[in-house]
Amino acid sequence: MYTQGLDQAGKDKQAVAENADSLNAFQKRVDAEEKIEAKDWMPEAYRRTLIRQISQHAHSEIIGMQPEGNWLTRAPSLKRKAILLAKVQDEAGHGLYLYSAAETLGVSRDEMVGDLLSGKAKYSSIFNYPTLSWADIGAIGWLVDGAAIMNQIPLCRCSYGPYARAMVRVCKEESFHQRQGFDIMLTLCRGSDEQKAMAQDALNRWWWPSLMMFGPNDSESRHSAQSMAWKIKRFSNDELRQKFVDVTVQQAEFLGISVPDDDLRLDEETGHYSFGEIDWQEFIDVIAGNGPCNKQRIEKRRAAHNDGAWVREAAQAYASKQASQAA
Amino acid sequence: MSKQEWPLYEVFIRTKSGLSHRHAGSLHAADDQMALDNARDTYTRRSEGVSLWVVRSNSIIASDPAETSAFFEPAEDKIYRHPTFYEIPDGVENL
Repeated sequence: MYTQGLDQAGKDKQAVAENADSLNAFQKRVDAEEKIEAKDWMPEAYRRTLIRQISQHAHSEIIGMQPEGNWLTRAPSLKRKAILLAKVQDEAGHGLYLYSAAETLGVSRDEMVGDLLSGKAKYSSIFNYPTLSWADIGAIGWLVDGAAIMNQIPLCRCSYGPYARAMVRVCKEESFHQRQGFDIMLTLCRGSDEQKAMAQDALNRWWWPSLMMFGPNDSESRHSAQSMAWKIKRFSNDELRQKFVDVTVQQAEFLGISVPDDDLRLDEETGHYSFGEIDWQEFIDVIAGNGPCNKQRIEKRRAAHNDGAWVREAAQAYASKQASQAA
Repeated sequence: MSKQEWPLYEVFIRTKSGLSHRHAGSLHAADDQMALDNARDTYTRRSEGVSLWVVRSNSIIASDPAETSAFFEPAEDKIYRHPTFYEIPDGVENL
């Protein structure tokens, strides 16, 4: 059950102290592939790691509505517009599933939203890049959602039950997102030279940022080992990135556009593509808030939150009035 | 500005007639009607249900996971409640 009230009741009588025995017992449950549920005892670091990861994930979904929302009024047809609207609405839904899952760990919705608006909380670096043409909407669905799926499918088996269940819902819907993106790319690539050039340009700009979505190389990743032991994470950043490159390069070939990497080679022996070095300085800069759109994204989110304040207040006032009349 | 967080609701969906409602997740809403509307938009965008329940989270009484073994212990030693407890001799049919 997802209730916060129950979490709080549990806190008053935190019966089990965090010591070697309780930590071992917890690890045993995880190793046995038992799911950990909201009110179960868990190490504080496990709880904190999950709150950080799930809330960042939720924030990414919410901020992720902006780059695509940018093209809602300019979609090339009514069909494309309806599809894009549905996709952006899904992103909002994903944010809500994930906020709910994070709340089961004892953090409040207001706290998480506050951290996003204040700039304290991070979200995926990818959403700090601009959507300059309609082809970018195709590239986002195909590449960004494609990369997200690679990351998210293993999360459906995450040791924390509420997160795993939320991810099952998310993954079911992501598949539509990726296909609609590929469909946009395919239409452009089968179109005029100018349209194909748009698709190539979008791939050029979104390829490397998409590879960065998997996070730092395994040798540099701070949280990986512990998250793997806790079965929050199932595959390493580099493993997932490799998988993404392997499937996506073939799709690019089908589209007839080229991946912007001179070092890209198919290794006949392993069957995997080797690829060039990622510009990690760019990744660090974007995470640090200096990407092309970081400021704009947060400002827009803040404005939306502030502009909606009167609606929240009115709804609250109406609910209070109804309740007092019923009493 | 009111800083009060909207109450939390749990959402239950019946996917089709003949099946029980099943917990789907939770959401915040100012009142019951908004909870129902938001549940529809959040959890049934792809026709996942034919019926929705929303219930204020603080109305749910739940067992305590720390007490799980003690709480369910009375059922543990009553293996005779299961049909497999009984040995049926060969030759007895339809039992």
